[in-house]
Amino acid sequence: MGAPVGSTTSASPPSSVLSAGDLDALIGGLAEDGYRVLGPTVVDAVIDWGPVRSSDDLPRGWVDDQRAGRYRAEPSDAVHPDAAFAFASPASAPKRWFLPPTEPLFRATRRPGGSIAFLPAPDPDPAVALVGVRGCDLAALAVLDRALAADPAFRRRRDAAFVVAVECGHPADSCFCPSAGTGPGIPDEAAAAAGADLVLTELVDEAGPRYLARPVSAAGAERVVGLGDRRPATPADIDGAATVVASARDAITRTLPFASAPALVRDAPEAAAWDQTVEACLLCGNCTMACPTCFCTSVHDRTDVAGTTAERWREWDSCFSLAFSELHGGSVRESPVSRYRQWLTHKLGMWPEQFGSSGCVGCGRCITWCPAGIDLTRHVAALAMEVGA
Amino acid sequence: MSGYDALWTPVLHRITRWRRDLDDTVTFGLAPVEGAEALAPPRPGQFHMLWVYGIGEVPISVSGIDRDGTPVVHTVRAVGRVTEALCRLQPGDTVGVRGPFGSAWPEARPGEDLLVVAGGLGLAPLRPVVHAAIEAPERFGSLTVVIGARSPSALLFEEEIRSWSHEGVDVRVTVDYADAGWRGSIGVVTRLLRDAVRDPARTVALVCGPEVMMRASARELTSIGLPGASILLSLERNMECAVGLCGHCQLGAKFVCVDGPVLSWERIEPLLGIREV
Repeated sequence: MGAPVGSTTSASPPSSVLSAGDLDALIGGLAEDGYRVLGPTVVDAVIDWGPVRSSDDLPRGWVDDQRAGRYRAEPSDAVHPDAAFAFASPASAPKRWFLPPTEPLFRATRRPGGSIAFLPAPDPDPAVALVGVRGCDLAALAVLDRALAADPAFRRRRDAAFVVAVECGHPADSCFCPSAGTGPGIPDEAAAAAGADLVLTELVDEAGPRYLARPVSAAGAERVVGLGDRRPATPADIDGAATVVASARDAITRTLPFASAPALVRDAPEAAAWDQTVEACLLCGNCTMACPTCFCTSVHDRTDVAGTTAERWREWDSCFSLAFSELHGGSVRESPVSRYRQWLTHKLGMWPEQFGSSGCVGCGRCITWCPAGIDLTRHVAALAMEVGA
Repeated sequence: MSGYDALWTPVLHRITRWRRDLDDTVTFGLAPVEGAEALAPPRPGQFHMLWVYGIGEVPISVSGIDRDGTPVVHTVRAVGRVTEALCRLQPGDTVGVRGPFGSAWPEARPGEDLLVVAGGLGLAPLRPVVHAAIEAPERFGSLTVVIGARSPSALLFEEEIRSWSHEGVDVRVTVDYADAGWRGSIGVVTRLLRDAVRDPARTVALVCGPEVMMRASARELTSIGLPGASILLSLERNMECAVGLCGHCQLGAKFVCVDGPVLSWERIEPLLGIREV
C-alpha cells in the first residue's frame, strides 16, 4: 500500500475508465514488478483467492449464492460472460495473506553438547497484490491494522502489499455491509485509510465490462497511467458506477443495529436468547476461521524425531474450542454458550472500546459458513426483543 | 542473514539457584547465558514467558528480584506439559525467557497500609512486594500478609514466612484442612480480612490466588470499606503470546497480558461477576 495521493490538495486525481485489456495489463504489470498477484478464482467450485495471471483467471461469468448455511458458485446466464466481479465475495477473507493460517515464529537447534542456538529465518515471501477486495474485506483489513499493529510480520506484509479494491454490485443474501457502513460502495477516504491503492467499479453493457478506476494512492495513480485503452471518466461513467452501488445497496435487506449492538451483547450475558441460539451450535469454529477480522492464534512447538531442531509455529485458533481458555485445572469457558457469547461480545461489544471500531464488517461469512445456519443478525434481533432494547 | 522477529525469540538463560518448595513446586533463579543480552529488570507483579526447548512456553510470574535484576526468580508448579518440564530442570539447564510483560503491583505510598492477600501459589507473585516492603519500611504504614493454603503441607515458602514475622511483618496464615500439628487458623482466607484492616480508607490490598478466592476477597474487602481502586488483583488467563496479539487472554476490552495481570477491582468487577467470562 502506498502513500495517499493528494497530500497537498484534497482533490482526488481524476477517475478514468479501463478496458478489460487494461485490467490484464494492470495484473501483468504487478506480476512483472515482483508482486504475487492474487484475485478471485474458481477453485473446487468455490470462488476464492488464488494466483491471477490475467483476467482469464478471474471468475468471469460466475455468480455466487451465499445464505445461512449455504454456499454455491456457478456460471450464470444472468450475467455477462466476461463480467469478472459478478459475485459477492471470495469464500475466504484476505486476512490469510497478511496473517497466514500457519507460520513459523522461530527455529532453534540443539548442538552436540547441549547448547541451544537459533537458526536464521527463511527469506520473506514476495509482496502480495490483491485484485478484487470488496468494501467489507477492505474495512476488515483496516480493523486488523489496529488489532495487529504490534505484529511486525503482519505490518511488513501489509505495508508491502498493493491493493485493488472493487466496489460490489452483486451482494449475497448473507451480506449486511450497509449496516456496518463498509460497502457496497468504497469512498476514496475509506479506501485510502484502509491502505487501498486503486478502487474499481465494474461497468457492464452488451459490449462487455469496463472499469471505472479511482486511484487512492500515489502507487495506484502510477499504475493506471500507462494503460493503453485508458480514457478519462465521463459523468455518465461516474453515474453508471453510482448506479451499480445503489442497486447493490437496495438489494441488501439484512441489517444489524450496530449502534445498539454493543450494549445488547454486553449487558445481557444471561439472556435466554444466548441459549436458544447456541442450541444449534456445533462449536466447529467455522465462523471464526471465515471471519475477516478474527485474528486469534495459538503457538505450538514442534521437534524433529531426534530433537535436534525445535520450531515454534503460530496457527489460527478459535475461541470456540475448549482448549482456547484452558488454564491448569480446566477451561474458563466450558459451556458452548459461554464460547459463542465470548466470540460475539468481543466482536460486537468490546471491540469498539478496545480497537476503535466494531469487529464486524457485515461480510456475512459467519452466516454463510455456519453448518447450522446460525445468523448473528437474528441473534442480535432476538436479544433486542428479549431485553426490550 | 534475516532473523525471525525478536518479539518471538526467547533470550537463553541458565538456571542458577534451584530449590524444591513442595512436591510439585520448585523455585529457581535465571541468569542470561554468556553473550545473551540481559532483559529489562522486572517489576513486582510482572511475568515472563518461560520456554523449554521443544516443549513450549508458559507465562510465569516473577517471584523474586535480586537488586540488580539478575538473577530473576520464578516459582513453578507442575500442572501441565510445560510446567512439568520446567520443574524437571536442574541447575545449569537452559530456559528461554521473553519479557518482562504486563502491569506491576502499585508501589506503596507513605502512610498507606499494605495488605497482601495470597492463596496457594498466589503467594509467588506477591513475594517480591513483601521483600521490597521489608527492605524499605519507611515507604508505607504497616504491612500485613494474609495467606491461605489448602493444608499445612501445601504452605509455600513456610520458613521464609516465619522469617517475615521476625522482621516485624504481621503474618496471618489459615488452611482449609488442618492436620494434628496445626495450631493456626482453619478456614477460608476471607475470614481473616476484617481483622487485618485497620483503616479501610488508607489500605491498599494486593490479592493473588485462585479466581474464586480473589473474587470473594475483593467482595469482603469492599464490604469492609476499601474502595475498588484500592483492591488490586492479579488475573490469570490462557496466554500464548504475552504481547496482546494472540487474543487468548482477552477479558472485556482488555488483554490480561498487556493491561494486566494486575488490575483493580474497580475495573474488572463487572466482568468477574459473570460466569465463564
